[in-house]
Amino acid sequence: MRGYILRRVLQSIPILIGISIVAFLIIQLPPGDYLTVYASNLRSQGEFIGDEELEALKAQYALDKPVYMQYIRWITNFLQGNMGQSFYWNKPVSSLIGERIALSMVVSILTLIVTYGIAIPVGIYSSIKQYTWSDHVITLIAFIGVGLPSFLVALIVMYLGVKYFNLGAGGLFSADYLDAPWSFARVIDMLKHMWLPVIVIGISGTAGTIRVMRATTLDELSKPYVEAARARGLSELKAVLKYPVRVALNPILSTIGWMLPTIVSGETLVSLVLGLPTTGPLLYRALITQDMFLAASFILILSSLTVLGTLISDILLAWMDPRIRFGGAE
Amino acid sequence: MAEPNIPQVQDQTLAEIGADLEDQVSSSVQLLTHGQLVLARFKKNRLAVIGGVILAILYLLAILCEFVSPYDPDRRFQGFVYLPPTTVHIRDAEGRWRAPFIYPIKRMTDPKTFERKYVEDTSVRYPIKLLQKGDEYELWGLIPTNVHLFGVDDAAGPLAIMGLESMGRDLFSRILYGSRISLSIGLAGVFFSLIIGLVLGGLSGLYGGAVDNIVQRVIEFIRSIPTIPLWMGLAAALPPNWPQLRVYFAITIILSFVGWTTLARVIRGKFLSLREEDYVLAATQAGASRWFIIWEHLVPSFMSYILVHLTLSIPGMIMGETGLSFLGLGLAPPAISWGVLLKDAQKIQEVAIHPWILWPSIFVLVTVLSFNFFGDGLRDASDPYSQRL
Repeated sequence: MRGYILRRVLQSIPILIGISIVAFLIIQLPPGDYLTVYASNLRSQGEFIGDEELEALKAQYALDKPVYMQYIRWITNFLQGNMGQSFYWNKPVSSLIGERIALSMVVSILTLIVTYGIAIPVGIYSSIKQYTWSDHVITLIAFIGVGLPSFLVALIVMYLGVKYFNLGAGGLFSADYLDAPWSFARVIDMLKHMWLPVIVIGISGTAGTIRVMRATTLDELSKPYVEAARARGLSELKAVLKYPVRVALNPILSTIGWMLPTIVSGETLVSLVLGLPTTGPLLYRALITQDMFLAASFILILSSLTVLGTLISDILLAWMDPRIRFGGAE
Repeated sequence: MAEPNIPQVQDQTLAEIGADLEDQVSSSVQLLTHGQLVLARFKKNRLAVIGGVILAILYLLAILCEFVSPYDPDRRFQGFVYLPPTTVHIRDAEGRWRAPFIYPIKRMTDPKTFERKYVEDTSVRYPIKLLQKGDEYELWGLIPTNVHLFGVDDAAGPLAIMGLESMGRDLFSRILYGSRISLSIGLAGVFFSLIIGLVLGGLSGLYGGAVDNIVQRVIEFIRSIPTIPLWMGLAAALPPNWPQLRVYFAITIILSFVGWTTLARVIRGKFLSLREEDYVLAATQAGASRWFIIWEHLVPSFMSYILVHLTLSIPGMIMGETGLSFLGLGLAPPAISWGVLLKDAQKIQEVAIHPWILWPSIFVLVTVLSFNFFGDGLRDASDPYSQRL
């Protein structure tokens, strides 16, 4: 077990380094940098910014150095907790990013929990009741749900909400709590607003999991040992839950690591549409304005957390399933 | 059962008897080819057939968009900004049934609220005509003409079956033109993914060892990054002054940058499992070269699988383009795609007042769902000997 964990942790280190390079390069790709944008904006507003001043700013942010030097400088600072300055907001990146990343993670993890919480029981139910009308309805809904693009659903849900239910325009807090400091009441208020984004983000994952769960449980149920269990007089519930479901859960749990990037990804887009105070809108702004430290930090942290989540889920899996622990990992 | 027809031996030669018997057998036992079995299985899945038909119609509309759309997509109707969808009447004001027609629209300003209002003028009828002459265009850039599938006299004002958008342009015509980009980008993206996936997945499965290890790590790496932030980052990096055609290809490549990974995995897995098959061993023993085995035995045996996989990955690509253009990171006007059209719907207040600007999203939804249904049916049909769950 210890060997497995060690190997798995070592494996994710090059991935993390790779991600940091990609995150930095993406921000470097566009021609020009924030300062050129900044200077041209100032000039178009009729303000004057001298060449010396520009050079001084460049030196301050090390923009005059070659790219790899900028990267090394950025990543060492980053590891020491200094994520640099956001050009656009003129604030340290860490002060902008913290709460939004946290909220994004809360939404993502809640979505993951809700997805499995709904999909697993429904999938099992559907397989027990195979070919009844309830199974047909579930299958059809899951079938449609798999393909539903979440941000379009968000758009349509928003419209319906504004039009028929007189809801406000999205967000995670009601007006009273928008700028209030964190308190128990604010958390409750947030949870009340959370269900909509969670459902919208979770639709396709839930539908997909229902389908897999139904198929794998059906596979198991048709095996002779289940028949034998029934013949020995086990209650139907026990005959299903004791072994078949446990076996059927395996493929679902082993893909938990793939689920997380998908959810984080969906969250980014949906939060933009629904106007949630999470990473999506700020990352978007940062990319548009070439606010490079902010954007790179976002991409790096989001991706790293995803890698970390995958790592944790893999370790949990190995802990649960000896076949993975003892070298069957490939 | 009727007595089988026993031929008179003295009249016929043995060869003739044989041919006769064969005829009887093949008429009583129906022999189906593999293709027929696949088709039969596919036809059984009603949703898949419906999906396929819808897709065929959508692609046909995209190909013929200049002809089908009633107006030039860039034509502005002055003074008719955000005109609601035109009602097509089949009954006139006196209650008589008529061929489909519309009433011309008059613009009014509400004296109290100063809100803009559009009112029908029921005194004149303008019938909707087939093959109506209208805006000039060149079909496929080749045939100059001005005949449109349907339309009304210009005097009637706009025939906007899905309303007009923020600049007074016909939304239906724009959606049709947009489908060219939106529907083709999925195919192009899948094509690029297929090439990268085939090469890298094939190398990985064929050579194993270090090559396999590197390719697998790269795939793991790409898959561990959340897609949308990655796409957003890459798309934001495109220079804003690029011509739209180049942006189109850049977006396609960005989309396939992630898309190839799943495909490469599938192909690698197929290579690994198939190279253990007896017939591959037999071919090797018979002296067939490696490339001969790959092209003659391996590729055909998993081609149907790959086709299914490709079909099912098209909707993701279409969604990607829509999402990016919707955010303003993908294609931008004057290019028209469904995502570009949806940009208008970013402000929810606008959507609440002019809900018809959500029409492009309906088209995206229908396309994506149809692809899923169609692909799912293909998957079942590609293996007609399996039991259905």
